[in-house]
Amino acid sequence: MEKIPMRDGYGKALLKLCRERDDVVVLDADVSKSTRTAWIHDQFPDRFLNMGISEQDMIGTAAGLALGGMRAFASTYGVFLCGRAWDEIRTTVCYNRLNVKLGGAHAGISVGPDGATHQALEDIALMRVLPGMTVIAPCDAIETEKATLAAAGIEGPVFLRFGREPVPVVSTEDTPFIPGKANVLRDGCDAAIFAIGAMVYEALAAAETLAGEGVDAAVINLHTIKPIDRDCILRFAEQTGAIVTAEEHQRFGGMGSAVAEVLVSAKPVPLEMVAVDDSFGESGQPEELMRKYGLDAEAVAAAVRKVLRRKG
Amino acid sequence: MEELELKKLCRQMREDILRMIHAAGSGHPGGSLSEVEILATLYFGGVMRVDPNSPEWEARDRLILSKGHSAPALYSVLARKGFFPLSWLDSLRRLGSPLQGHPHAVRVPGCDCSSGSLGQGLSVSNGLAMALRRRGLDSRVYCILGDGELQEGQVWEAVMTAAHYQLNNVCAIVDYNGVQLDGRLEEVMGIGCPEEAFAAFGWHVISCDGHDLAALGRAFDEACANVAPSVIFARTIKGKGVSFMEDRAEWHGKAPNDAQLAAALDEIRREVC
Repeated sequence: MEKIPMRDGYGKALLKLCRERDDVVVLDADVSKSTRTAWIHDQFPDRFLNMGISEQDMIGTAAGLALGGMRAFASTYGVFLCGRAWDEIRTTVCYNRLNVKLGGAHAGISVGPDGATHQALEDIALMRVLPGMTVIAPCDAIETEKATLAAAGIEGPVFLRFGREPVPVVSTEDTPFIPGKANVLRDGCDAAIFAIGAMVYEALAAAETLAGEGVDAAVINLHTIKPIDRDCILRFAEQTGAIVTAEEHQRFGGMGSAVAEVLVSAKPVPLEMVAVDDSFGESGQPEELMRKYGLDAEAVAAAVRKVLRRKG
Repeated sequence: MEELELKKLCRQMREDILRMIHAAGSGHPGGSLSEVEILATLYFGGVMRVDPNSPEWEARDRLILSKGHSAPALYSVLARKGFFPLSWLDSLRRLGSPLQGHPHAVRVPGCDCSSGSLGQGLSVSNGLAMALRRRGLDSRVYCILGDGELQEGQVWEAVMTAAHYQLNNVCAIVDYNGVQLDGRLEEVMGIGCPEEAFAAFGWHVISCDGHDLAALGRAFDEACANVAPSVIFARTIKGKGVSFMEDRAEWHGKAPNDAQLAAALDEIRREVC
């Protein structure tokens, strides 16, 4: 399967938006080559603002641009975007309900050799707690492009999460992408795996393995974490009675927690979370880290077997 | 508005501020009273182009109150300008009121941005100035900062940005009253020589008496005429106009009781215009 970095989808979509709309501006905090916003710098220099290494000022400036009628895409590594500038995002962007779109690059432990400081594992928790914030974590480069285009059309703040490494392209140009509506990639009756980002591919691989064991697992790409597709989650809770979540994020406060919040409110069924277990990452090759921190197909399959035992 | 009328307006604004905070039972009189002349000059001294009948007029000038805790002063000047009824002022900080303890712009006609978390307003002003320029408007963005607020690192990021992008449609005003919540600036955290710091980054720096209406008018004229972003260091007195509040950190965020309100209003009314 072809592998492309999700950030390429972000850059492609921004180029398209700059071609099609005159109200789009793109900001970066000195990592434009990494986030692919350098493509905007090269092709639409008057739409690009490099803010230097100053994430807080970047968000404030983006907020001002939005107050002035622009749609401002502010991009940097997710760790610094969501952590360093959280108060700016909360009180200036969200409280003012502004059209600031946040491109959080280098999400997850698969960032690799740069180590824990640069691996965003708390970004979903930090963003989904904010009133009025839409949170989207696409699964591949094609979906990142669609999500970025969709973000431009959503009124209010949007957080887009994407990784650094090339990841398998599991969707196609024809795959639908509707914010807030999960994509069912594989139906199943024994258990349902809700996955985001690069874990979608791992979940599909796990389902394949499980099928060989006679376990029929559904796989759902829950690309929008907020607003969450409550109907889809409850439908699969009803249908399978056993849920697994898989994400490159901390166990606490991430997509799995969001799914759990839905389940406990309406249809409590056993839930197992595949996620980073309350620890920092470290340096290493992406695939080594994914294995060590229990974020691969094998870990997802193990979680399904476990949840089936609990289901009884 | 002529200077005598402006002075009367300032007196009225001080009354508004004290009454509002007294009625609410909480709020920030010190830094509200210190910036009265600044706001009066902006809105009534022929500086800002705004239209109370059309608060969203796109070609208007903007004000970002970065020191959001001085909201009562902003509410007073906006009400006096006619953006909303004066009766709203009685509802400050009450449940359901559009006049939140710190400004929530989406609920207040004439208020351009929510604020309250310090250090962010100059960044917003820069972005707004960029957007206005992109849209071919000659609107200007005024940003009122506290002097204690200059302790926030983000302010200096924004100082760099305005200079780097040559945003001469940005004018910052520092309400330089020398006192913050915990005490005198130099005791809490000295800010060195901020005028020199702004100048070193490429700003046009103006200093004036922040309670002298004529001097403020001249300062804004000078700010408009520059190719660089401008900052006005307005030397002010925290709690200005009420002798027992003046230059006292304890009045940063405390409401006057009934007797204190009466004494304060008496003092303000007796001031000769």
